[in-house]
Amino acid sequence: MSMNSQGRPTGIGTLGTSATGSALLPEEPLLFEIGDTDHSGVDLPDVELGEDRLGDFARRSPLDLPGLTEPEAMRHYVRLSRLNHSIDSGMYPLGSCTMKHNPRLNEKIARLPGFADIHPLQPFSTVQGALAVMDQLSHWLMTLTNMAAVALSPKAGAHGELLGMMAIKAAQDARGEAGRRIVLVPESAHGTNPATAAFLGYTVKAVPARDDGTVDVEAVKAALSSEVAAIMLTNPNTCGLFEPQVIDIARAVHEAGAFFYCDGANFNAIMGVVRPGDLGIDAMHINLHKTFSTPHGGGGPGAGPVVLSEALAPFAPVPFLRKTSGGIELVEHVGEQALGRVTAFQGQMGMYVRALTYMLSHGGDGLAQAAQDAVLNANYIKARLEAVFSVPFPDYPTMHEALFDDSFLKGTGVSTLDFAKALIDEGFHPMTMYFPLVVHGAMLVEPTESESKQTLDRFCDVMLALAEAAKAGQSERFTGAPFKAPRRRLDETRAARQPVLKWERESEVPQAAE
Amino acid sequence: MLGAIGAADVDALFSAVPASALKSFSLDLPTHSPEYLVEAHMRALAGKNRAAGDGPFFIGAGAYRHHVPATVDHLIQRSEWLTAYTPYQPEISQGTLQMLFEFQTQVAKITGMDVANASLYDGSTGTAEAVLMARRLTRKSRIILSGGLHPHYRDVVKAYLKDDQDLICLSPSPEGQGDILDHIDVNTAAIVVQTPDFFGHLRDLQAAADAAHAQGALLIVVVTEVVSLGLLEAPGALGADIVVCEGQSIGNALNFGGPYLGLMATRKEFVRQMPGRLCGETVDAEGNRGFVLTLSTREQHIRREKATSNICTNSGLCALAFSIHMALLGEAGFVRLARLNHARAIALAEAVAAVPGVSVLNKNFFNEITIRVAQPAVGLVERLAQRGILAGVPASRLLPEAPEVDDLIVLAVTELTTESDIASLCAALTEELA
Repeated sequence: MSMNSQGRPTGIGTLGTSATGSALLPEEPLLFEIGDTDHSGVDLPDVELGEDRLGDFARRSPLDLPGLTEPEAMRHYVRLSRLNHSIDSGMYPLGSCTMKHNPRLNEKIARLPGFADIHPLQPFSTVQGALAVMDQLSHWLMTLTNMAAVALSPKAGAHGELLGMMAIKAAQDARGEAGRRIVLVPESAHGTNPATAAFLGYTVKAVPARDDGTVDVEAVKAALSSEVAAIMLTNPNTCGLFEPQVIDIARAVHEAGAFFYCDGANFNAIMGVVRPGDLGIDAMHINLHKTFSTPHGGGGPGAGPVVLSEALAPFAPVPFLRKTSGGIELVEHVGEQALGRVTAFQGQMGMYVRALTYMLSHGGDGLAQAAQDAVLNANYIKARLEAVFSVPFPDYPTMHEALFDDSFLKGTGVSTLDFAKALIDEGFHPMTMYFPLVVHGAMLVEPTESESKQTLDRFCDVMLALAEAAKAGQSERFTGAPFKAPRRRLDETRAARQPVLKWERESEVPQAAE
Repeated sequence: MLGAIGAADVDALFSAVPASALKSFSLDLPTHSPEYLVEAHMRALAGKNRAAGDGPFFIGAGAYRHHVPATVDHLIQRSEWLTAYTPYQPEISQGTLQMLFEFQTQVAKITGMDVANASLYDGSTGTAEAVLMARRLTRKSRIILSGGLHPHYRDVVKAYLKDDQDLICLSPSPEGQGDILDHIDVNTAAIVVQTPDFFGHLRDLQAAADAAHAQGALLIVVVTEVVSLGLLEAPGALGADIVVCEGQSIGNALNFGGPYLGLMATRKEFVRQMPGRLCGETVDAEGNRGFVLTLSTREQHIRREKATSNICTNSGLCALAFSIHMALLGEAGFVRLARLNHARAIALAEAVAAVPGVSVLNKNFFNEITIRVAQPAVGLVERLAQRGILAGVPASRLLPEAPEVDDLIVLAVTELTTESDIASLCAALTEELA
């Protein structure tokens, strides 16, 4: 394909011959099947280097990178995008993931040059507005949680978890209690919790749940000892329940000289209504992408600031903010800081801007309202479905998500997975399945505050109709589902047994030994 | 709705909350606000920052101001990309999955490695993850960090390996002096070498790989300026075992430090010890090609405390931006972009070397150099900022513990740096140093 003098392509070439599928369900070839190493959609001057300064290190091996012209790229990525479900196109009731509406004001603000086009190492005098954003966000987070300090820099929830547990470890080392090697983790916890504890060298000890889905303070007391460093508890927990004994658990943990780490993944259920600091929590990460609506982006970027209690505040990592007569500055030097630094620069500024924009839009009142609406929506779903879908823990009202088990599918030949895949054909993203692990065939439904009653009703109608179909023996509707998606069920076993992790020219692909 | 639930009011739904903690406070926060007022508030804050594009700009040191084509930002704001979750339901996430497969292929190609993952948070955490991966692979513990490694990256590795006696951090090497080879022994799991390094020097990866491999150690290569790979030999062709890059330069704005994009690539035989998500090709029930997240038995949601890492997310949207920008560039554009950056750097190096009182420390470089200014760099850079010129990063901002770097400034250029920017910098430097 040729380009005009501005580097814009003069035709759209290859797309016409290689893309197939119907207009509404495109089949899109790989970039490498339509691109060409001579194509470029970016007009750049082709400078000649006289004598380069690359020493002996100039590239000799080929890049073999195909390029697309601008219209080719536009079409490739627009067509690919249409193969995705998204919040904007339909309900996304993924329990524990909090797929709430992403206001576009956040995106607009994050792209202002005063936020997007500033470098993390500019002199402080030139970034006072950015530092003020961090300061204001910190104020909101500390006020909403009633905690003494916040470390903004973790890149995601699991990274925040790591930082929080590192702070606990640093505090214990400082107290001369490095011998505490055990971390208590309830069975219902997110997988990141035991992974984080193990990462730091702790031995993970499971705490069994009570029959009602909550943690028993007596079980915690029985597990506590002088060797226990901390408990990692999610509250509201992964069954969607608020831990009723959380204050007693915190007291017992503190009496044993241990710390209380709270997984704040579900803070969206209680923001503005309950302050974690009032419950005795020492550290908690907050997923800005769940609670404060920064977009999930197909799997990140997230942001996981950690709020810290008085006891842990001295163990916050760098960088942190310091106010001086001349304005705000960052304390960046690791120095004697016990914990040091967990990321280059100062974390996910783009997410701070979006989250603060969301907070200012909602206000303290609106955030509390959002939490209450999320809880109301989840309880409405639970109420409409509980006659058919079994609720494993009916003793308490649910919080922001409703948990069901698969006992209603007994004898139907339909699995939880099949049932969830059938939802796709009805236009819904499946709920979270097989998590938490403490419930057999778990289905965790989180509607968020964003959904209207009309949508909730349609979702419930579909769920009830599907349950009826399963019980009526229409198992083929489930076991083969989805039928109306861009792809039928994918062979994940094959993907894992014979991993194909990149595109290669056919001549490069080793012949499989059959 | 409350009627269907059978609750008197919403408070009844919070009955499990201890009474002492439920709404037991009044929030000292502003109430909700209309969009135009929020926008005004945020615009006022943005206005207190000096944007990179507002004048001559020479800051790099791990984050680079490149031009991002308008197409990239338009596409990544499409709802189907922006508001999708991690592709756990592959039948309705083929867009994200195919993009990740293409992204992994692009990363493998530019690094010259067999396989790449679907991205990590950023280059610094990726480096720490690479170090842990090397320990798992070699079952040895000594890690040696080059004195040219970005100091923040070094600090992150230190934090991840807290209290570790077997982490050797070599002193900063502003002259590009290589001393890592002398420290490698049979107990070494990996050496970490950055090129171009923090001071802009190009490092001899082949020599490092040979020395490491001779002792059964791995070579981890760190690249903070990924555009350099358009002109510099691929680390994979020089013996690298794990390559970690900060991918921000392609497709992503400076954003005051994040979100950024960690790239990680390795050899085929190491893939099961690689952290992070992986996307793989397969077929669906009708035999059509499709993509899924795979090898997840390495990951925390399956393996819990036995996982390779606690990482639960990647940097999906930043990876998308990278992949679109790289697709737009293609090989032809990527090489041209790299050449343009290098040409600007040569111009900068020659111009500042002519300023009385300035010496350039680099013999070889890509788009970043270090200069010595014979006075404390922090004050000089601040004075230049007052004159409207963001004249690089004083090395001491990142290395306050090393007084020998107090008079050094790390300067970067990109395709956005103009001849007049360079002239302004040199004129201001001349006056300040006179």
